[in-house]
Amino acid sequence: MTRTSRGDRQRLLALSPRQHIEAHWGALGRLPGHRCLRGPETGMAMLKGRIGATGNAFHLGEMTLTRASVALGDGTVGHGWVRGRDHRHAELIALADAVAQHTAWQEALETRVLAPLADELAARQRRDTATAAATRVDFFTLVRGE
Amino acid sequence: MYVAVKGGEQAIARAHRWLADRRRGDRERPELEVAQIGDQLRLAVDRVMSEASLYDPELAALAFKQASGDLTEAVFLLRAYRTTLPRLAVSEPLDTASMRIERRISATYKDIPGGQILGPTYDYTHRLLDFLQLAGAEVPPAETRDDVTDAEPCPQILELLNDEGLVEQAVDDGSEPMDITRDPPDYPMDRAARLQMLARGDEGYLLALGYSTQRGYGRNHPFAGEIRQGQVEVEVHVEEWDETICVGEIALSECQMINQFGGSREAAPQFTRGYGLAFGHNERKTMAMALVDRALRAEELGEPISGPAQQAEFVLAHADSVDASGFVSHLKLPHYVDFQSELDLLRRLRREHARHSSPERGESLDRPSTEEDTSARKSGQGKHDRESGVHGS
Repeated sequence: MTRTSRGDRQRLLALSPRQHIEAHWGALGRLPGHRCLRGPETGMAMLKGRIGATGNAFHLGEMTLTRASVALGDGTVGHGWVRGRDHRHAELIALADAVAQHTAWQEALETRVLAPLADELAARQRRDTATAAATRVDFFTLVRGE
Repeated sequence: MYVAVKGGEQAIARAHRWLADRRRGDRERPELEVAQIGDQLRLAVDRVMSEASLYDPELAALAFKQASGDLTEAVFLLRAYRTTLPRLAVSEPLDTASMRIERRISATYKDIPGGQILGPTYDYTHRLLDFLQLAGAEVPPAETRDDVTDAEPCPQILELLNDEGLVEQAVDDGSEPMDITRDPPDYPMDRAARLQMLARGDEGYLLALGYSTQRGYGRNHPFAGEIRQGQVEVEVHVEEWDETICVGEIALSECQMINQFGGSREAAPQFTRGYGLAFGHNERKTMAMALVDRALRAEELGEPISGPAQQAEFVLAHADSVDASGFVSHLKLPHYVDFQSELDLLRRLRREHARHSSPERGESLDRPSTEEDTSARKSGQGKHDRESGVHGS
């Protein structure tokens, strides 16, 4: 099976609702204990846009952002970040990052948590695309004076 | 001048309790949930986030509920909350070309790669009140086209025009934008700083200014080149991994306005552009923003400055509803001492008038400027206290 990169795993977990992560989390069984090194803490990220979509950057406004860093009993450190203010969500992402560094857990995480979450994310995005596609329109230009 | 007053604690407490009671309304009905507001009044939530300059749908919905639906008050609440949070990161520039499209239209090109997608729009509705909603009728779910599973790429339409060189290009020169939440605005302001101020500007104000350009006060002949709405992933560079990662996605609205030609002896004529970008579904806001952005480029493009929308300092210094409502609202606070001094002054002027002026030689009694007027103008120019909203003067 393909191993999800750290960045892809962070992305998948950040784009998945926390309730969905928790729904699969139990399938991992008993995890090693962990403690929080930093946070979870909520702050903001300043978001940049680009003038005309492709030009110079400008500051658009801020969004809430939560981050967490955890350590497993053996000292393995994991980090997680997620939009919004959900501390548990950030902690789960950090925990997944730490656990994924152990080969013993990595495969279980891939098959029991990440794979079903990736399927759910793809299904949600497919449904959004299909809903938008239903409103696709062809405009006809009427020729005047005929 | 506002002078501190004491007393009235009990009256204030009871007034606030009455306010809470009013907000709760008829106890026979269930209380409005914040989640319902986020779900069913989402355009209000998007406007609050946009003008508060903080993307957090749940908190914007809470602010809207707490403000009993007063959008300006809700914006103030969320903006005030924003000041309690530390800044953890600055994002990479949002890539709107990779947006997961919910809506995407062009008024300039009929056939575009990716197509014209109407999305959940109020356009083409008949603006007739729907009495079925009053009766609580069931609403059928949205339709889907199940033969379409992969989103077609939707390139930025203005990039298509660029192939022929017909439209000015928006190219990144790598410059770091100023941040008006960290550095006080200084006029003249560059376009990046102007856009930051317009992005948090009051929609009604920007709409009126944009409209004024269409009616001839700084006309710039716009076309809606492309309007798009949808979800964009937010990427942040994190030191822990020295890597750029995705931390989630946000809803955005974008408007690319195409305007009539600019050019010079050296440069061939080409379309010019105005740009609007806002949180959530805020189409009207982004259109107005793009009109005003373009109007504010008058000097850069060598156009005569003839309309209010082209005057950067006027437009930008008055765009923020938190600033504006704070300073207007402070007039409600007790001004007893200030007013007393004006009464004294007026009585003295009238005494002098009676003594000096003959009936056929009336002197005008212009109101002399007070300290408050002067300090207000000064604070508008130098210190721009965006976060407090209340100017204690």
